[in-house]
Amino acid sequence: MAGSIPASATTDGGLWADARRRLRANRAAMASAAFVVLLVVAALLGPMVNPYAIDHVDWTLSPLASPPSFDNGHWFGTDSNGRDLFVRVWSGTQVSLLVALLATAVSVVIGVAWGATAGYLGGRIDGWMMRVVDVLYALPYMFFVIILTVVFGRSLWLIFLAIGAVGWLTMARIVRGQALALRQREFVAAAVTLGLPTHRIIVRHIVPNVLGTVIVYATLTVPQVILLESFLSFLGLGVQEPLTSLGRLVAEGTLEMETAPWQLLVPSAVLAALLLALNFLGDGLRDALDPRQA
Amino acid sequence: MLGYATRRILQAIPTLLLIVAAAFFLMRAAPGGPFDDERALPPEIEANLQAAYGLDQPVTVQFGRYLGGLVRGDLGPSFRMKDFTVAELIGRGLPVTLGIGSAALLLGLALGIPLGLVAGLRQNGWADHAVMSIALVGIAVPNFVVAPVLALVFGLYLGWLPVAGWEAGSPSHLVLPVITLALPLIAYLARLTRGSLLEVLQSPYIRTARAKGLEPAVILRRHALKPTLLPVVSFLGPAAAALLTGSLVVEQVFGLPGVGRYFVQGAINRDYTLVMGMVIFYASLILLLNLAVDLVYGWLDPRIRHD
Repeated sequence: MAGSIPASATTDGGLWADARRRLRANRAAMASAAFVVLLVVAALLGPMVNPYAIDHVDWTLSPLASPPSFDNGHWFGTDSNGRDLFVRVWSGTQVSLLVALLATAVSVVIGVAWGATAGYLGGRIDGWMMRVVDVLYALPYMFFVIILTVVFGRSLWLIFLAIGAVGWLTMARIVRGQALALRQREFVAAAVTLGLPTHRIIVRHIVPNVLGTVIVYATLTVPQVILLESFLSFLGLGVQEPLTSLGRLVAEGTLEMETAPWQLLVPSAVLAALLLALNFLGDGLRDALDPRQA
Repeated sequence: MLGYATRRILQAIPTLLLIVAAAFFLMRAAPGGPFDDERALPPEIEANLQAAYGLDQPVTVQFGRYLGGLVRGDLGPSFRMKDFTVAELIGRGLPVTLGIGSAALLLGLALGIPLGLVAGLRQNGWADHAVMSIALVGIAVPNFVVAPVLALVFGLYLGWLPVAGWEAGSPSHLVLPVITLALPLIAYLARLTRGSLLEVLQSPYIRTARAKGLEPAVILRRHALKPTLLPVVSFLGPAAAALLTGSLVVEQVFGLPGVGRYFVQGAINRDYTLVMGMVIFYASLILLLNLAVDLVYGWLDPRIRHD
């Protein structure tokens, strides 16, 4: 309860300053944040540092699949078609990150709007809106994403839309719970008394007060979306050539693991590291912004 | 109890119907049909094929026919795997999928709960930190990375276990798939059990038990264990769903003849009836499991007993 924090504890900047201090003190979370930044920079710059294009076949190699080597310039080796893995891994990371950010944004927007409206209005409307969420929750979620990607063809944009459109359920539930509590508070009553229209109350008073929680769960949604996209790509339902993603690279590596294990191990390591760091960061943010949940 | 169960099953029927309708019309909205890439079919043959499977009728009529079949327990013939009905295909793969799934579930419970209890009882000790770090790794690293890496290390490099494949009655082929499926489950269960135990240990009745001078082991066994397991039980519904999705990957990587591959293949091939059959199968399984979870819940916590 925010009301139970003694005033003296929050004199220097309130909730956000407190949160920042707690986050700074969490060394694992700070290290993860630095590591995430490092991976993002690598994903953005990696394909430029190396002279090979993503679909360039290096015919000078024999055999075409070369293990990682500094001598021939393929730092992560090449795949079985002689394409440079360093470039492919980092541009795959770019795709994974892009899908993750867009899909998370979609699920945050839908989830916050839905949850805040249901929670603030309460009563029968709330009951119906949450019933919809419950029914969607009971659906075998992954299977609907698979059907959606089949229906809409395997395009990158529709993948993120499909993921985002089904990923908003948890966010809606969390925001609704908070909004239910907020609408009992005095400042909301004051806004109602002043005659503010409902949608303005939701936008100006409810949404800003759930932002902390939203940030935490958005951070935890990002790795989930990366996981989902990689999963779809792994099954052959995700991004298509010439684009690649980490899940696709892992799938291709799996086929060649007996003769060329680096094709499996390099993208697997990058994907695992990225997901781990994002999870650590999300946990740290949750501890910092929402200590009760820890 | 029985009345509650019946009521819940009756309530599940509209949900199931909604799922069936959504999947059915989504599949039909997709461009392309099941007979597309069989090259150059003469138009009259294609029309015959369409008519044989009732695809020339309006979509609503097709839906009505499908529901009619469903009521009689008929999932229809597979469009792409000729000579097989959907029920036959699912029936063949089912023992494999359910076998590795339930083995993974048991392994997850057998390891995850004790690990969580140890971590919770030694909060902030080294065992706690070790279990929680490993659990985070288990949650973060996806099964389609774990599966091939396990196959590479234990199958290829160490040669202890078969890399992939399936021989009926050979348990060594099942070890790696089951471990792959169980790892994230162990991780989630350990985290959940730890968090729940920490919360329970704060409650006044535990303090009373301590004040009475009960042994910690007795407190845990007699007072703390049941309420600790409540959230664990409610996690079993989502866990079963996760096992089913996980089986898609595991069956592909290890080449197991389960039902998971039918779903992906069916979706890619537009095998309408096969995908519908899989959706219905998965959805009913999850609904049933959720019901089982709620019944066990009432048994563990008399406050929410259903009568």
